[in-house]
Amino acid sequence: MTGKPDSSPLQRYLAHLEDGELAYQFSPAADRPVFFPRVACPYTGNADLEWRVSSGRGVVYATTTVHPASGDPYNVSLIDCREGFRMMSRVEGVPSADVKIGMDVELRIIAQPDGDPPLPVFVPAEGQS
Amino acid sequence: MRGSAAIVGVAESDLGAVADGMSPIDLMAQGVTRALDDAGLKISDVDGIFAATSQVRLSALALSEYLKIPSAYLGSTIVGGSSFMLHVAHAQAAIQQGLCEVAVIAYGSTQRTVGRKSSSAREHNPYETPFKPFLPTTAYALAAARHMFQFGTTREQLAAVAVAARDWALLNPKAWEKKPLTVDQVLSARMVSDPLTVRDCCLVTDGGGAIVMTSYERAKTLKKPVVAVLGCGAAVTHNSISSMPDLVTTGAVQSGCDAYAMALLGPAEIDAVEIYDAFTINTILFLEDLGFCPKGEGGRFVEDGKIAPGGSLPVNTNGGGLSYCHPGMYGIFLLIEAVRQIRGECGARQVKGCEVALAHGNGGVLSSQSTVILGAESTV
Repeated sequence: MTGKPDSSPLQRYLAHLEDGELAYQFSPAADRPVFFPRVACPYTGNADLEWRVSSGRGVVYATTTVHPASGDPYNVSLIDCREGFRMMSRVEGVPSADVKIGMDVELRIIAQPDGDPPLPVFVPAEGQS
Repeated sequence: MRGSAAIVGVAESDLGAVADGMSPIDLMAQGVTRALDDAGLKISDVDGIFAATSQVRLSALALSEYLKIPSAYLGSTIVGGSSFMLHVAHAQAAIQQGLCEVAVIAYGSTQRTVGRKSSSAREHNPYETPFKPFLPTTAYALAAARHMFQFGTTREQLAAVAVAARDWALLNPKAWEKKPLTVDQVLSARMVSDPLTVRDCCLVTDGGGAIVMTSYERAKTLKKPVVAVLGCGAAVTHNSISSMPDLVTTGAVQSGCDAYAMALLGPAEIDAVEIYDAFTINTILFLEDLGFCPKGEGGRFVEDGKIAPGGSLPVNTNGGGLSYCHPGMYGIFLLIEAVRQIRGECGARQVKGCEVALAHGNGGVLSSQSTVILGAESTV
């Protein structure tokens, strides 16, 4: 075999982000989502993981405000996405202290400086009471 | 397996802020030679080496070279601060199988001197690092936030853990912290990752230590009272915090169950509890998961001095990672303290009539949990 294989799980994930999509994997055999992206399903060992695109809807599972030694405090949250996978992200659009566990949130994919890949962050969902 | 091996020597290396130029392996060697002295054994008796540190990639090789033990049985499992509990389990198995007869387990760290960034550099995780979690603290803060949400645990209850640890540390001449601490001081300290202030977080010190193990039969011929390994258990639930299945239930449920089953004991029979308090939430989670109180009750369990000196359940009697010492992978100190409590060597902080002690290690971000139950000769 010569040359490199087509793509890694990370490359596929980042390519979706470049297209404005949050992608995750789904294992047909295990009938459940898989995240972070992998080369094989952790439940079955099969390599037949499907790539799917998330609706971008989720709920805050846990949240914290990080207070760096210098610079402004910022939010770090774990988001339970509607499709059944959990990811680290942050909630923007409200002060971090106002981000609450159980809050409905929705995806925003934002551009990053310095050529870093786009970042999947969340904002409070429309109609959030 | 129950009681087939024993811990016969324990020692800390220099602790706190060590001399300039000391290496992690210097500290390991200091711990090993002091622990062998404690056991009445010599380097030439050692035929098993177990070692782990975040600063030296091939630490078992380095220690074998340093002590000139060329053909030792080697183990260098590294699962963060719980590594040394696994080393105890692995050494017990090796001793029982005749793969070695006298094993040393060693740790050394100069993280205070060289700085956290160079002592344990964070790996890049493309699914977490872009969000700048301040690890490990942010991971534990997320667990604490979730515990507060689900069970009504309060910051005051978290702070009570730090205060109890400090009260124990004031009874330990080797402890880094020498002044009393109040709940208000914890609450008003600098916030690191909400709800955890810097006083909810472990110390950043240098330090190391070692343990000597051999068979139960040989242990009875040595100079110190026998401390037998009655039970061991280990579980890994995740590596990064975003993959932890349930932020308020740790692998300690499984590791504790397995250790209790092997020891033929339960939480009610534990006289001294030494659990890895990297952050105040840890103590609450592990007291629950190891069966000392029901799930969700940990905050209320610790709030009235129950785990402090004079309380009904002695927890972290050396002052813990919060107030005694914390060089980064703290687990070995839990084992050292558990052994000393069973031997009755703890002076002002001695738990009266301590026959059984539990040492529980935590590694990563609540990732690796490992429980060791130790007992006096009367319990074997």
